[in-house]
Amino acid sequence: MSTMIKMVRSFATVAAIAAATPALAAGDAPHIEREQWSFSGPFGFFDRGQVQRGFKVYQEVCASCHGLRQVAFRNLADYGGPSFTEDQAKQIASEYTVVDGPNSDGDMYDRPGILADKFPSPFPNEEAARASNGGAYPPDFSLLAKARAGHRGFPWFVFDAFTQYQEQGPDYIYALLTSYPEENPACLGEDFSGYYNPKFLGGSVTAEECAHEHLTGGPIGMAPPLSEEIVEYTDGTPMTVDQYARDVSAFMMWAAEPHLEERKKIGFRVMIFLIFFAGLLYFTKKKIWSNVDH
Amino acid sequence: MVHSEQAEPTRRDFLYIATGAMGVVGAGALVWPFVDQMNPDASALALASIEVDVTAVEEGQSITVKWRGKPVFIRNRTETEVEEAKAVPVDDLPDPLARNANLPADAQATDPNRGVAGQENWLVQVGICTHLGCVPIGDSGDFGGWFCPCHGSHYDTAGRIRKGPAPENLLIPPLEFVGGSTIKIG
Amino acid sequence: MAGHSNYVPQSAAAKWLESRLPVISLVRGSFVDFPTPKNLNYWWAFGGILFFVLIAQIITGIVLAMHYTPNAGLAFDSVEHIMRDVNFGWMLRYLHTNGASMFFIAVYIHIFRGLYYGSYKAPREISWILGVIIFLIMMGTAFMGYVLPWGQMSFWGATVITNLFSAIPMVGDAIRTWLWGGFAVDNATLNRFFSLHYLLPFMIFGVVILHVWAFHTTGNNNPTGVQPKTKQDTIPFHPYYTVKDLFAIVVFMIFFSWFAFYVPNYMGHPDNYIEANPLVTPAHIVPEWYFLPFYAILRAVPDKLGGVVAMFGAIAILFVLPWLDTSKVRSGTYRPLFKQFFWIFALNAVALGYLGAMPAEGTYVLLARICTIYYFAHFLIILPMLGFLEKPRPVPTSISEAVLKSGSGKPAGATAAPETK
Repeated sequence: MSTMIKMVRSFATVAAIAAATPALAAGDAPHIEREQWSFSGPFGFFDRGQVQRGFKVYQEVCASCHGLRQVAFRNLADYGGPSFTEDQAKQIASEYTVVDGPNSDGDMYDRPGILADKFPSPFPNEEAARASNGGAYPPDFSLLAKARAGHRGFPWFVFDAFTQYQEQGPDYIYALLTSYPEENPACLGEDFSGYYNPKFLGGSVTAEECAHEHLTGGPIGMAPPLSEEIVEYTDGTPMTVDQYARDVSAFMMWAAEPHLEERKKIGFRVMIFLIFFAGLLYFTKKKIWSNVDH
Repeated sequence: MVHSEQAEPTRRDFLYIATGAMGVVGAGALVWPFVDQMNPDASALALASIEVDVTAVEEGQSITVKWRGKPVFIRNRTETEVEEAKAVPVDDLPDPLARNANLPADAQATDPNRGVAGQENWLVQVGICTHLGCVPIGDSGDFGGWFCPCHGSHYDTAGRIRKGPAPENLLIPPLEFVGGSTIKIG
Repeated sequence: MAGHSNYVPQSAAAKWLESRLPVISLVRGSFVDFPTPKNLNYWWAFGGILFFVLIAQIITGIVLAMHYTPNAGLAFDSVEHIMRDVNFGWMLRYLHTNGASMFFIAVYIHIFRGLYYGSYKAPREISWILGVIIFLIMMGTAFMGYVLPWGQMSFWGATVITNLFSAIPMVGDAIRTWLWGGFAVDNATLNRFFSLHYLLPFMIFGVVILHVWAFHTTGNNNPTGVQPKTKQDTIPFHPYYTVKDLFAIVVFMIFFSWFAFYVPNYMGHPDNYIEANPLVTPAHIVPEWYFLPFYAILRAVPDKLGGVVAMFGAIAILFVLPWLDTSKVRSGTYRPLFKQFFWIFALNAVALGYLGAMPAEGTYVLLARICTIYYFAHFLIILPMLGFLEKPRPVPTSISEAVLKSGSGKPAGATAAPETK
C-alpha cells in the first residue's frame, strides 16, 4: 500500500514540475523589445515636449485614418498631459470641424470645435473606415496603448509585477512602426501587394512557401506611415522615424492613461503612509501581545 | 517600581496615540476621493457655451433654449414692456439686486441692468424659478411677465420677482452678442 | 455568540437598549470578549483581510455604479468616462478591478489554510460548507463584474461561460437563451448581469455572517487543531486579534496598493480595452487568472458536458471534503504524509492555473488531463486512504502545552512578567 502512495506521489511531482515548465516552443510570436520611457516606474512622468511632438505626429500623419474619440480637446491642457495652454488647446480645437445640432430647423450643422468637444473621428463608422482602407480597420487611438501587448510568457510575467512593467503597449507600437522591412519577404511572392511587418500581432503569414522561413508577424493593412522628416520638429529634436515612433507612442500612452502621473504620485504617498502605519501597528501589536505566550 | 510604572505607561500611551492618530489621518484621506467623486466631473465642468441665432425672434416673442441642462428664456421685449419695467422704482422690489452674471454682484435691479447691455429689448434669463426650481410660464402672472405655477411666484417684464415665495429675481447667465444677431450664452 | 460576553450595561440608555435588542452584548461577545485560541498564526489573519476586501469592494462598487451605465451601447464609454473625467474615477475603478484579484488571492490563501490545518473537519463542517458557498457566489460576482466594462474579453468571456449551460441535456439551450434574454450575449444580458453583480455581494455579506456565526459556535480552529481546554488556552479577541488583524490588513493594503497604483492593468487583459464586437472573437480567450485552474479542468475533458461537470465537480467536491478526510488528526502539522501531499496538491493547483492560460493544444492538453485527474484523486483517493495509512506524530494535549514546547525562548513564567519590557 505504501509503495502505491510513493508511486502516486512521484508521479504527481513529475506531472506538476512538467506542467510548470514552459515545455513548448512559443511558436513564431514576435519578440517585442522593452524600451526606455520617461513614464515607466514608480516615479514615471510624461515628457511634455515628447507628448506634444507625438501629438503633432498624430495630427499630421495618423489622424487621417485613426480616431481619438475618447479624448477631449480640453484634455490637451490638463495636468499630466501635453500641457498646452488653454489658448493653444482652444486654437487646436477650432481647427477641427464638429457636427452639432439639431438647430431650430432640425438640421445638423458643422461648427469649429471647442474645448468641451472630443476629437471627431475620421470616419463616421467602422464600415466606412473599412471601405476607405481596403477592408482594414484603422483602430481608434484612445486606448490602443493599453489594448496591445506582446506575449511575455513564463517566467517574465512574474517579474513584470515587481519591475512595474506596464509599457507593453508603447513598446509594441514603437516596435511596429520601426520594423517595416525595406522589401517584403521574397517567399510571399510577386502577387503579394500588401505590407508585411515582422512585429504585427494581428495577423500571421499563411503562405505555404514561407513555412520554413519562420516569419513572425504578418501582413498588415497599414503602409509604413513614417519616413524621415515627414513631420517638422521645431525644437531641434532629430526628425527620424525612430524619434517619431517614440514620440507618437508616448502620446498614445498619455491618451490611453491620462491620469498616469497623478496615479503614480498618489500611489507613492499611499505607499509611504501605509509602510509607516504598518510599522507603528507592528510595534503596537508587539506591545499588546507582550504578556501572552504564543 | 513606582518610577517605572509612571515612565512606561507614558511611552506605551505615546505609541498608541501615534498609531491611532495615523489611523485617523489615513481614514480621513481615504474618505475624500469617495466624497469628491460625486462632485461635477471634468466633462460637466467643461460644458460648453451655446450660441443662439435670434434673427427670427420678432418683437414680443420668446424662445427657450437649453443651456447646461436648464431652460434659458430669450425674449425680444416690446417697448411697452420695457417702459413698464423701467417705471418700477428699485425700492419697491422684493429683491433689489440685478442677479446678472455679467455685472458686479451688488448691481441694482434696474431694467438696464437686467436687459442685454446696449440692446435693452433683449432679456435673457435662466428659466428656473428661484423658489424651488420649477419652470415659470411666460406672458402670464399679475405683472405681465412670468408666473410660476408650482407655488405662485409672479415675475415682471424684466424677470424680477414681484409677488410670491421666490426670494430672488430670475438669474441672468453670462452672455454676449456676437456678430449682431447671435447670442452666446455661457 | 452573545454567550461569551460578560457585558453588563452601565448607563440607562445602554440598559434600555440591551433589554430590547441585545446588540451591544452580541457584538462584544463576537468581536471583543470572544475567547480566541492564543496560538493563531498570520495565516488566520486572512479572514479579517477578506472581510476588509469585501467591504472595500462594496464601497468602491457602489460609488462606481453612480457613474457607470449598464447599456451595451454606452457601457464601454461610461467606464472610460470614469477613468478620464470623474474625480478620482481612475483610482476607484483600479481599486475595484484589482480588489477583485486581491479578494481571490486572499480567499485562496484562506482556503488552503483551512485545508492544511483541517479546519473543515468536525465540528466545523457547516462553517466550511458556508465558506464554499461564499466562494461560489464570489465566482459568480466576479464573472458578472468582468462583463460590465463591455470589452472584448468581457463579451467573449460571457459568451463562453454562458454557453457552458447549453451542455445540460434537454433543457440546455432553453437555459442559455433564458440567461441571455435573447439569442446572444447582448444588452439584456448586460443589464441583468449588472443587477446581479450589485446584488450578490450583499448575499456574500449575509453568508459571511453565518460563516462566522458557525465557527464562533464551535470555536476557532488553531494551528495545533486541539480544542481549547482551559482559560489559559484562549485570549479575548480584542485587543489581541483586532490589532493583529489590523496590522495584517495594512500590510495587505501595501500589496494591494502596489497593484492598484503601479501596475493596475497587470491582472487584466489588454483585449478588454477594445470595445465588445460580436462579430470578431479575440484569437486567444482566457478568463481572469482566478478562474484559470477551473478553466483548465473544463478544457481537459474532451466532452462538452463532461468538461462542465468536471469543472463544477472540482468545486462541488469541496462540499463533501469533511467526510472524505478519514484522519482522526485535525492539523496537518502532525501529519507527515498529508503535509507532502498538501504541497503537491497546491503545486498541482498552480500548474492547472498555468495550463488554463496556455492554448488548448499539444502537450498542454495532456498535462491538463494529468493535473485534473490528480486534483480529483487528491480528494477521492489520497485523503480517504491517508487516514488509514498514515502514522501521525503525537498531538499536544493542549494549546498551552504546544505553545510552551515550541519554545519561543521565553521563560515559563513569562505570563507573570510585567506588562511591558
